[in-house]
Amino acid sequence: MSRPAHFPAVRELAASMASGECTSVQLVEDCLARVRDVDPGVGAFLSVDAEKALEAARASDERRARGAVLGPFDGIPVGMKDVIAVKGEPLTCASRMLENFTVPYDAHVTERLRAGGLIPFGRLNMDEFAMGSSTENSALGTTRNPVSADHTPGGSSGGSAAAVAARMVPWALGSDTGGSIRQPASFCGIVGLKPTYGRVSRYGLVAYASSLDQIGPMANSVEDAACLLDAIAGPDERDSTSWREAPPAFAEAAARGPERPLRVGLPKEYFGKGLGAEVEAAVRGAVDTLAAQGCEVSEISLPHTEYAVPVYYIIATAEASSNLARYDGVRYGHRAKEAADGIDLYFRSRGEGFGSEVKRRIILGTYVLSSGYYDAYYLRAQKVRTRIREDFVKAFESVDVLLTPTAPTPPFRRGEKTGDPLSMYLADIYTISANLAGLPCMSVPCGLTEAGLPVGLQLIAPHFAETTLLQAARLYEGSRLS
Amino acid sequence: MKNDNAMDIDYVARLARVALSDEEKATFAKQLGDVLGYFEKLKEVDVAGVEPSAHPYEVSNVWRADEPGEAFAVDEALANAPARREGQIVVPKVVEDA
Repeated sequence: MSRPAHFPAVRELAASMASGECTSVQLVEDCLARVRDVDPGVGAFLSVDAEKALEAARASDERRARGAVLGPFDGIPVGMKDVIAVKGEPLTCASRMLENFTVPYDAHVTERLRAGGLIPFGRLNMDEFAMGSSTENSALGTTRNPVSADHTPGGSSGGSAAAVAARMVPWALGSDTGGSIRQPASFCGIVGLKPTYGRVSRYGLVAYASSLDQIGPMANSVEDAACLLDAIAGPDERDSTSWREAPPAFAEAAARGPERPLRVGLPKEYFGKGLGAEVEAAVRGAVDTLAAQGCEVSEISLPHTEYAVPVYYIIATAEASSNLARYDGVRYGHRAKEAADGIDLYFRSRGEGFGSEVKRRIILGTYVLSSGYYDAYYLRAQKVRTRIREDFVKAFESVDVLLTPTAPTPPFRRGEKTGDPLSMYLADIYTISANLAGLPCMSVPCGLTEAGLPVGLQLIAPHFAETTLLQAARLYEGSRLS
Repeated sequence: MKNDNAMDIDYVARLARVALSDEEKATFAKQLGDVLGYFEKLKEVDVAGVEPSAHPYEVSNVWRADEPGEAFAVDEALANAPARREGQIVVPKVVEDA
């Protein structure tokens, strides 16, 4: 098993277009050919509108011929998770509920991509409504791990990770509520970054858990991820939680490197029971690499780590039960054929339109918010969430960045956890705390198991310190590859 | 926090407005019983005097100017409606006959 050859760095692609060595049309045709040849065995894409992508590529080439490119990456396609709105394209969230939905507007990130000449490319598979950790909850297709077809690509952004890893697109956007960018990036051997909550607008991202959701880049390298973050980050008045300050130039800062030796903290709770031996060995190897690069490594403690999974599954499902109330069969989405009255229409449309995991989470979220249980579950979870955030604030008094495994195990086999939701939920144990605290974090490949399966390490930085995050990731990646 | 970890699935499904099959009810009751059992862990944490977090960090209400902006044309807004007539969405009858 080995990873297929990947796309060149996006800066190289951009340079090839600038020098006339290749055109945007050729690049898009390359992606389309690769999707045609490889995707039947991977299943990353739910659909690709080839004509629309080629039309955008022709427009880019014309701009270039006129000397009027819109930005450094004009003409480069970006794979889009099917939870992000692209006007005129499907927006299914891999659900029967939205199987025939065509979205009437662009997400903020889509507007930003277009403004830079980038080309939204295809609709990428995912767990239904981003609920899951293996992409097996998709109602519309199966995605396999390009490194090993017997294994899942992770989830929920499994299609995005697989499409990048299998060289179908140079990079892609995913969304991350509890690890949905980082864990599939780890499983497929690529880089995935979840920005600080608020750094990227959620306008046009279908809501799962609004206080946790963020859109972020999935790419072949830290530099590519930084470039794509540059393309999408920034304020947007249509998302009331959008951060008002303009972001720094991330790719430039990442290339510059840290100004002083980075202090790297290893949270001891992330290296205990349940961590696979091969994952631990790979991550410890990465720690040694960073220490050899002059980083000061120390052990720290995040004492409330063990409560993150229950806190997450209470808060996320509570928010989901509210967010998904909008799918009622009335204005859009699936409508049941035979309904006795208006209320019956809700019951039947939702019963038919949602898959098992979505129903399970709606039921759980409704329960924890219901009268008599609200204080015991939801309110208590919100308080423990405060504790979890405080743990991080304290840790960042003595270190610049935290380093952990991204997932406790290498990619698991298809079907291995589908019958046992709790075991699937526990697979998110290292990724969800950063969502609860709203921190920027990323997964970077750090080796392979003996069987050739990818392992990822996770870096976590303080709020809005994506620059530090990227510098640490770049330092590791550079010393590993050199 | 209730200790039996059993939820009245019929009642909760009714609140959530989701039709579930008997099989789904049985499966979910078992699986969610396990999950609620796991949630018991949270009882261990001392949360006396701790403020609940609704967001990852402090955000207060953000307002924009209340001014008319661009909106969808009727056809655009109704393009995804399951049933429409005369620029409106058709729904089953919601009031009973007098």
